[in-house]
Amino acid sequence: METKAKHKSPKGTAAPLQISGAEAVIRCLLAEDANLIYGYPGGAIMPIYDEIYKFQDQLHHVLTRHEQGATHAAQGYARTSGKVGVAMATSGPGATNLVTGIADAQIDSTPMVCITGQVASHLLGSDAFQETDIIGISTPVTKWNYQITKASEIPEIMAKAFYIARSGRPGPVLIDITKDAQFELFDFTYEKCVGIRSYQPYPKLVNESLEQAVQLIGEAKKPFIVWGQGVILGQAEQEFKAFLEKSGIPAAWTILGLSALPTAHPSNRGMVGMHGNYAPNLLTNECDLLIAIGMRFDDRVTGDLRTYAKQAKIIHLELDPAEVNKNVKADVSLLSDCKISLQALTDKIETKSYPEWIKRFDDLDAIENEKVIDGDLHPTKPGLTMGESVEMINKHSKGDAVIVTDVGQHQMVACRYAKFTQSKSNVTSGGLGTMGFALPAAIGAKMGAPSREVVAVIGDGGYQMTIQELGTIFQQQVAVKIVILNNDFLGMVRQWQQLFFDKRYASTEMTNPDFVAIAKGYYIEADRVDNREDLDQAVAKMMASDKPYFLEICVEKEDNVFPMIPTGASVSDIRLE
Amino acid sequence: MELKTYTISVYSENNIGLLNRISAIFLKRHINLESFSTSESEIPNVFRFVIVVNIAPEKVHKVVQQIEKQIDVIKAYYHTDEETIFQENALYKVKSSSLFEERQIQNIIKESHATIVTVSPEFFVIEKTGFREETEQLRKDLAPYGLLQFVRSGRISVTKAKMGISEILNTFKKQ
Repeated sequence: METKAKHKSPKGTAAPLQISGAEAVIRCLLAEDANLIYGYPGGAIMPIYDEIYKFQDQLHHVLTRHEQGATHAAQGYARTSGKVGVAMATSGPGATNLVTGIADAQIDSTPMVCITGQVASHLLGSDAFQETDIIGISTPVTKWNYQITKASEIPEIMAKAFYIARSGRPGPVLIDITKDAQFELFDFTYEKCVGIRSYQPYPKLVNESLEQAVQLIGEAKKPFIVWGQGVILGQAEQEFKAFLEKSGIPAAWTILGLSALPTAHPSNRGMVGMHGNYAPNLLTNECDLLIAIGMRFDDRVTGDLRTYAKQAKIIHLELDPAEVNKNVKADVSLLSDCKISLQALTDKIETKSYPEWIKRFDDLDAIENEKVIDGDLHPTKPGLTMGESVEMINKHSKGDAVIVTDVGQHQMVACRYAKFTQSKSNVTSGGLGTMGFALPAAIGAKMGAPSREVVAVIGDGGYQMTIQELGTIFQQQVAVKIVILNNDFLGMVRQWQQLFFDKRYASTEMTNPDFVAIAKGYYIEADRVDNREDLDQAVAKMMASDKPYFLEICVEKEDNVFPMIPTGASVSDIRLE
Repeated sequence: MELKTYTISVYSENNIGLLNRISAIFLKRHINLESFSTSESEIPNVFRFVIVVNIAPEKVHKVVQQIEKQIDVIKAYYHTDEETIFQENALYKVKSSSLFEERQIQNIIKESHATIVTVSPEFFVIEKTGFREETEQLRKDLAPYGLLQFVRSGRISVTKAKMGISEILNTFKKQ
């Protein structure tokens, strides 16, 4: 694809147009199909904002209330749309405020391009007003970054930025543009990037490894699959489902893999990891073959690595060579886009079923149901639980909603109990665990999937970290449903204090404001519910609204999330109470 | 954990910030570098870093994978000392008076196969290329005569095995 800014010369021949660097940035964005940007203006990026004004019929800029909100919104947008999210900020504090979102996108492999303004190139290094070394600061948390000091660099670098952000294992890219480069005029032409000689994003599947994997699958008596976000990022949901159905192998998800497979699919055995389900965690240490698909053996998934699946052969389907053998040694690694490797595996394996092995899952599920799930979803004690709140959302969403979560107890409960029928429906901060993620991410999630219902489930702690984004929701009239599960505590930290610090509740109790009044202050319809009788109707009313809506659900203050694998313990040591 | 010396060779583009990106990989893992040097490689516009680390064998592969993952890195390798030919370079600045007054110092220079780079009325500069022990020995030998300055370069190294960087770049061109 090539777009040229052309104008008719007096003689009628088209010549490249001399445009400013700032205008070039906008034309690059449009050429990359990025017509939605989240950002916040300021001195060093004003030339670009001036162009945003001129191009407002082609490009929608969403003014967030804080630059961190812009990054999370861009992430939410990327996660539900599958496209590259774009965030923009000025130099100095504008740029540093992006860092949390960038780090979050890096660890959760979210495609994002951040554009920051920078002081004029002749001022670089002079400690000028709002100068900060954002290239240095963002280096460890970006897939790539680059500082542009000449307008002529803009087309090539922007093309590379989008290519790098979306290809291979996706990630965030930051482009820092000095103010003089934004003003400078140059001849603009744009060509999309199709390859970079030092970057090979798609390793080729090795046939020998494929054969070895097929053999291991053929020999296994108790095979088990753990899948991650790679299935979603690789758009391999259909291939994955076909593989599951032919292989007959039970499968569990990491938190970011959630929604790649419909919750009701018979192969779905729940979540692995610290607050995952009982059966898949315990049986990780009983299976004879563990097939890891697009996941990276995070410590929250594996617990103590010395006791993790030691009895099993490991097949690792992975796109990023640096992830293979990083935490868990693979007997066979299939380095490839999993869309390709899953298809290849499915073609070569036999149709099978493992009734006895599956029964082990069913039996352990029954124990978890009795000891944990029943009490969470159908409580008999007076106070509302997080579990029944999520279950009520399921009832009214019918599993069709995008669920956006923050970090903490509500996140674990929502991911455990939310039901999904389609992919790209679970938006959460997994690797970095960024409190404050959900509210702005929900804005982007809704704009990335405007026809879908988006429900943000947030704790009272994380909500207050980015609560100002209610202003963005109001101004843009983003029809997200905001549910606060309020226990007046930083619940997950309090749970740890209760279990591991002798109930010394250091700085976890919160004296909270009137959340309903705050939402109403932003002219957002708001309601509060604190008893079981009114919950159904309160959620029904929220889901029926076609506008932004806020619902505070006051839940039990000191409920805990179980099952739980204590930090550093083996997955076999999972506790039910 | 038993540590071992590895020479990490990185072929890369010559972009501002890549040095920071590579050093950040070591910083994140709390690994100290023994030495670090960079220069243009045998291929025009391709740079080569030579990094020496003492690191556990099971870690070196992971670190090199993280380096190779960087967009501007073409390829990264690691080798043991036995798999490479390596040298260091050292400069010694000594008072000129000692060269003329102490006959012994001339013997030291001669025996160590060092060369005199420059001589001025105030000082002279000796250069020595070799293994760490050799440049270190010369430093010790010269110390009694008043070493004004001493500096040693990072290790430079070539591998016995082929690197195949041109092949990688040619494959890309064909694509």
